Amino acid sequence: MTILYAGILLGALGLIFGGVLTFASKKFHVDVDERVAQVRECLGGANCGACGYPGCDGFAAAVVAGEAPINGCAPAGEKGMKGIAKIMGLEAASSEKMVCRVLCQGESGVAKERYQYDGYQSCATAAGLAGGPKDCRFACLGLGDCMDKCAFGAITMENGIAHVNPDKCTACGACVKACPRGVLKLLPMSSNVIVRCRNSDTARVARAVCMDACIGCGRCKKECQYEAITVENGFAHIDPSKCTRCGACAAVCPCKCITIS
Amino acid sequence: MSITEILLFMVSCILTHNFIFNRFLGCCPFLGVSSKVETSVSMGLAVTFVMTIASLFCWLIYNFLLIPLELTYMNTIAFILVIAALVQFVEMFLKKSSPTLYSALGIYLPLITTNCAVLGVATLNMNNNYGLLQSVLNGTFSALGFLLAIVLMAGVRERLESSKIPACMKGFPITLVSAGLMAVAFMGFNGLV
Repeated sequence: MTILYAGILLGALGLIFGGVLTFASKKFHVDVDERVAQVRECLGGANCGACGYPGCDGFAAAVVAGEAPINGCAPAGEKGMKGIAKIMGLEAASSEKMVCRVLCQGESGVAKERYQYDGYQSCATAAGLAGGPKDCRFACLGLGDCMDKCAFGAITMENGIAHVNPDKCTACGACVKACPRGVLKLLPMSSNVIVRCRNSDTARVARAVCMDACIGCGRCKKECQYEAITVENGFAHIDPSKCTRCGACAAVCPCKCITIS
Repeated sequence: MSITEILLFMVSCILTHNFIFNRFLGCCPFLGVSSKVETSVSMGLAVTFVMTIASLFCWLIYNFLLIPLELTYMNTIAFILVIAALVQFVEMFLKKSSPTLYSALGIYLPLITTNCAVLGVATLNMNNNYGLLQSVLNGTFSALGFLLAIVLMAGVRERLESSKIPACMKGFPITLVSAGLMAVAFMGFNGLV
């Protein structure tokens, strides 16, 4: 019988509180700008925090308040941004879709291994152990810190390095922050000619630690007719705004570290 | 309760039986929201507000519903129900009546629903057979102790930001060590009341 009392009492309390709250929600209703909810719909919705606001709701409120730029949400992409622009009555500022690129080709067997790493499966931990399991100090360690951080399942680990699926990548930048080696970089989607190495050691050292390392020879720079390539810190850089994606550099690269995806 | 008793009770709640450093309740917001003095003050005030009202309502529910019906073993569930509903109600009420206070307390108000310190104070009131006045005072003073602790911690953490800390101790390790040292310091108040 007492168990019945317990159920009835808690049920009654729940009902009363529920009733009071329902009444209060009507009574104390505050009109919220309906655009906030509409903007919220257009966002990536992963609460990744890359915009610098507390979650998607915070960003949506800031957009409507005019404090945040409408292109502040990278995961929303161009489509989401156009949606927000329509709601806010603004023209969509042209911002090109970015994508995360892996600037390393040091797969197992290509990049020399310093030792057999058998510890906790985290790049940050491995990087701290005698300079990491790969000889190259710029190499992707392939233990998946970026994969764990990716909320969209765009990153996979194959042959000891990270691979990004450009179709799934939303350029939120979570993986870029997670990588202890700085191997990942956000680049414009259209710039598909990429120097996939950032080894700034001298040519001899770079070549000794990895078969596919950029040795900074400068042949690509000479071949490029558009002055899009510079060699700094011992490796080549391509300026996406000058590059015409002709691919002449990739053809002459002796180390095959410029790729066209 | 005479004035002297109230003062002694206040010292006891704030210093000797500090919620964080002595009872280890409410450690989650203590570590989570103590990175800036400004936000920690907001959080402390929100907790003070909710704990005072929760003590009052939980006492009423316990003494006028649970005891007469001999359902005191249901206290935890009943208290959680009361606290959750109360926080929701207070949030709605503040949103309408005092937008300034609402935005000052901000996200911290709903966070308090799941703060064990609030449930802790209700349970302590019940276990110690406190009267209505003493329960409410216990809620207020304990929450002020929480406010003191979180603001002190935020001050320490702001200083830590700019100091040179070995890489292995950066972030949470040094924060937890500082919190431990502060708890040791608060042990010095033992026997004061």
